[in-house]
Amino acid sequence: MAKKLPKTDIVLAGVGWTGGIIAAELTKKGYKVVGLERGKERKTEDYLMVHDELRYQQRNEMMQDLSKETLTVRHDRSKRALPYRQHGSFLIGDGVGGSGEHWNGLTYRFFPYDFEIYSKTVERYGKDKIPADMPLQDWGITYNELVPYFEKFEAMAGISGETNPHPEVPEVKYPTVPLKETPSMKMFKEASKKLGYHPYIAPAATLSESYTNPDGISRAACQYCGFCERFGCEYGAKASPVVTVLPVAKETGNFEVRTHCVVRKVLHTNGKATGVLYVDTRTGEEYIQEADVVVVSAYALNNIRILLNSQLGSPYNPESGTGVIGKNYAYQMTSAASTGFFKEKEFNLYAGTGSLAGVIDDFNGDNFDHTDLNFIHGGNIALGHYGKRPISNNSVPKGTPTWGKEFKDESIYWTNRSLSVGSQGSVMPNKENYIDLDPTYKDQFGDPLLRMTFNYKDNERNQQKYIRDITTKILEEMGADIINSPGDQEDWDTTKYQTTHNTGGVIMGADSKTSALNNYLQMWDCENVFVPGASAFPHNSGMNPTGTVGALAYRAAEGIEKYLKNGGSLV
Amino acid sequence: MSEQEKNAPYLDKRSSRRTFIKNSGLTVGGVVLGGALGSLLGKDSTTQTHETGVHSTATAVNFNQALMYFDKAQFDTIDAAAEQIFPKSEVGPGAKELLVTYYIDHQLAGSWGLNSKEYMSAPFYPAEASSLFGHQTHLNRQQIFNLGIEALNSEAAKQYKAKFSEITEEEQVSILQAFEEGEVTLNGAVTSTYFFALLKSATIEGAYADPLYGGNKDMAGWKMKNFPGHQMSYANIIEKDEFVKIEPTSLNSQHKH
Repeated sequence: MAKKLPKTDIVLAGVGWTGGIIAAELTKKGYKVVGLERGKERKTEDYLMVHDELRYQQRNEMMQDLSKETLTVRHDRSKRALPYRQHGSFLIGDGVGGSGEHWNGLTYRFFPYDFEIYSKTVERYGKDKIPADMPLQDWGITYNELVPYFEKFEAMAGISGETNPHPEVPEVKYPTVPLKETPSMKMFKEASKKLGYHPYIAPAATLSESYTNPDGISRAACQYCGFCERFGCEYGAKASPVVTVLPVAKETGNFEVRTHCVVRKVLHTNGKATGVLYVDTRTGEEYIQEADVVVVSAYALNNIRILLNSQLGSPYNPESGTGVIGKNYAYQMTSAASTGFFKEKEFNLYAGTGSLAGVIDDFNGDNFDHTDLNFIHGGNIALGHYGKRPISNNSVPKGTPTWGKEFKDESIYWTNRSLSVGSQGSVMPNKENYIDLDPTYKDQFGDPLLRMTFNYKDNERNQQKYIRDITTKILEEMGADIINSPGDQEDWDTTKYQTTHNTGGVIMGADSKTSALNNYLQMWDCENVFVPGASAFPHNSGMNPTGTVGALAYRAAEGIEKYLKNGGSLV
Repeated sequence: MSEQEKNAPYLDKRSSRRTFIKNSGLTVGGVVLGGALGSLLGKDSTTQTHETGVHSTATAVNFNQALMYFDKAQFDTIDAAAEQIFPKSEVGPGAKELLVTYYIDHQLAGSWGLNSKEYMSAPFYPAEASSLFGHQTHLNRQQIFNLGIEALNSEAAKQYKAKFSEITEEEQVSILQAFEEGEVTLNGAVTSTYFFALLKSATIEGAYADPLYGGNKDMAGWKMKNFPGHQMSYANIIEKDEFVKIEPTSLNSQHKH
């Protein structure tokens, strides 16, 4: 029998970026917030031994323990889904701060086009441009409406950046100056400019200079130590929940975090949530935390799972296209990345930071004419200087053996002489890409695992072909002696790291029939449940999602306050 | 080597630590920012000189060179196979000299060998597993290595009437190639291709992981690759046009100072 705990104003299932933002905003207003976090407590001191490629990068120290909970994966409905038994394609964090502790820090705003993608596509190209199996949807909010929330997130995190010079992209003024430019970034920028593109330095959550944010939190500048993505920051230079929003919430005295507590389900009666059921994994005991508002603020995929296991909202049915929970799961693709080998130049590639990059948006969003192209959207193209570590970086020109003497000598020779021009390709929703519960496999408590049905569709495969030619062209212009460009996009490989940008499944929109949430991320079917996170994205754009996740979390915080004051559906 | 030369890199390091503190902009109005760094900078930097003397002694015994998982025969088999994957060459040492097999042994003895952070619940459908979905076997890495080692030796016995570690390098390479191609049957629910991929990735790890794990002896893997290991800051290097070669330091220097 689960033990009932005294009611609180707000309970959070997950204490990462979205939970942290909501905790900070609402505790400042005097509301009591309880944060339930399945992993451990985290502090900057934990990262003193962080320059350890084996522990953090190969063994995924900061990621979810898959022996307790994972998901199953398959390419299409006709197949049996098999467990994602070890980390590969994406890396889900756990512990206080969640994936916000180990992210790269690239902090973009999605484009105005993204938020009204259906309307703008129809307006420019006509209805026929959208394939029948692509449930493309507007987000129920416009870019201009979201600007104040983007600004809040950027000011809180201290984003370092410069204005994107592309004429189609709205101007953004960042609170701190851009990160330093490396010689390879300079080469990328010069080559892109010569080709008529619009390069700029990527907006970064790793601080370019010391900064104090509007909450009074001071942080130091990035040291370019080369251990960023998959690692925590020992300097606190990388914005993370642990060094920004969580101290603000704690300072109010209104915030309590309970670690090692796994939320199993949201409890609800008659369309209203009463609280959550969770297990303290240290004692093994079950608790019910009652609350006026339940915020499902776990990682995007876990948000979907909590709702499905709670039987909250109508599950998506790929047969009929009806139902909303699990709908429009999207991902990204990185298969258009080309690698250039430079005989005459040696770069300091051991240095860098997770968000140090030169980037162009000329082939992203609808910044280029798609009239004669067999896909919509696109992807950004970037040369990143993230810090190359020796176990995971052994690039050799195509045709080199993959082990033995020649491999060894070549991989060592090219270590500091090879550069990659990558692309982060958007993924559009497809009727057949979705999430539901697996009929066979269970987690540590006997609850069903998520089942992911996903593969790249024609839109993505065509997009990849187009963008691969551009990444190759840029490397040619940069003077690479050898260029390896990838082949066509094949079936999704779940073992090879691509991105952790999983989106959709609990999407926002203007219509309760086709979306799960309104534009405050409040559930249409359960007015005191809010579900912030990338799970709210109706499609995935061609850039990193955290900036947009952060903006939407500030929007949700505002909605929660409105709800606590006035009740009812906010839209 | 004179006493002064021996100490030279450490003296350099100490001065670079000072430069780092001076240039990094980490202090604002005398207040140190960043929690973890505060405790780092608070330490007395002179203590590191006598500490570092210990591991610069060439004759020091390496207590790490002992086995946690393999028996001697298994060790010899993997030591020979790893050397073919990452051989000694003009560029520098190979797997044997880097103590890669001790690294693999130590890893197998722990959570990696036991797959303890991976989902290992049934049912398993190894026949439906394509390389796109990762391993779908109930065997953990300890068991897979046991099967792989057995098969390496039985192939060597079948073809050359000797143990794998005793046949010529060319013969070892040809057996490993057959493993990579999946042409050898392991007596269990795993392919030789999968075992080979595990062995290969573990060999690369042993060559380049921080020496704290038992491989990458004397950071020689890093030295070959010009990888500086654990450093506090590259803020003064990041914009430089020319390649900056830095003497590597390991996490030992971070902990024992």
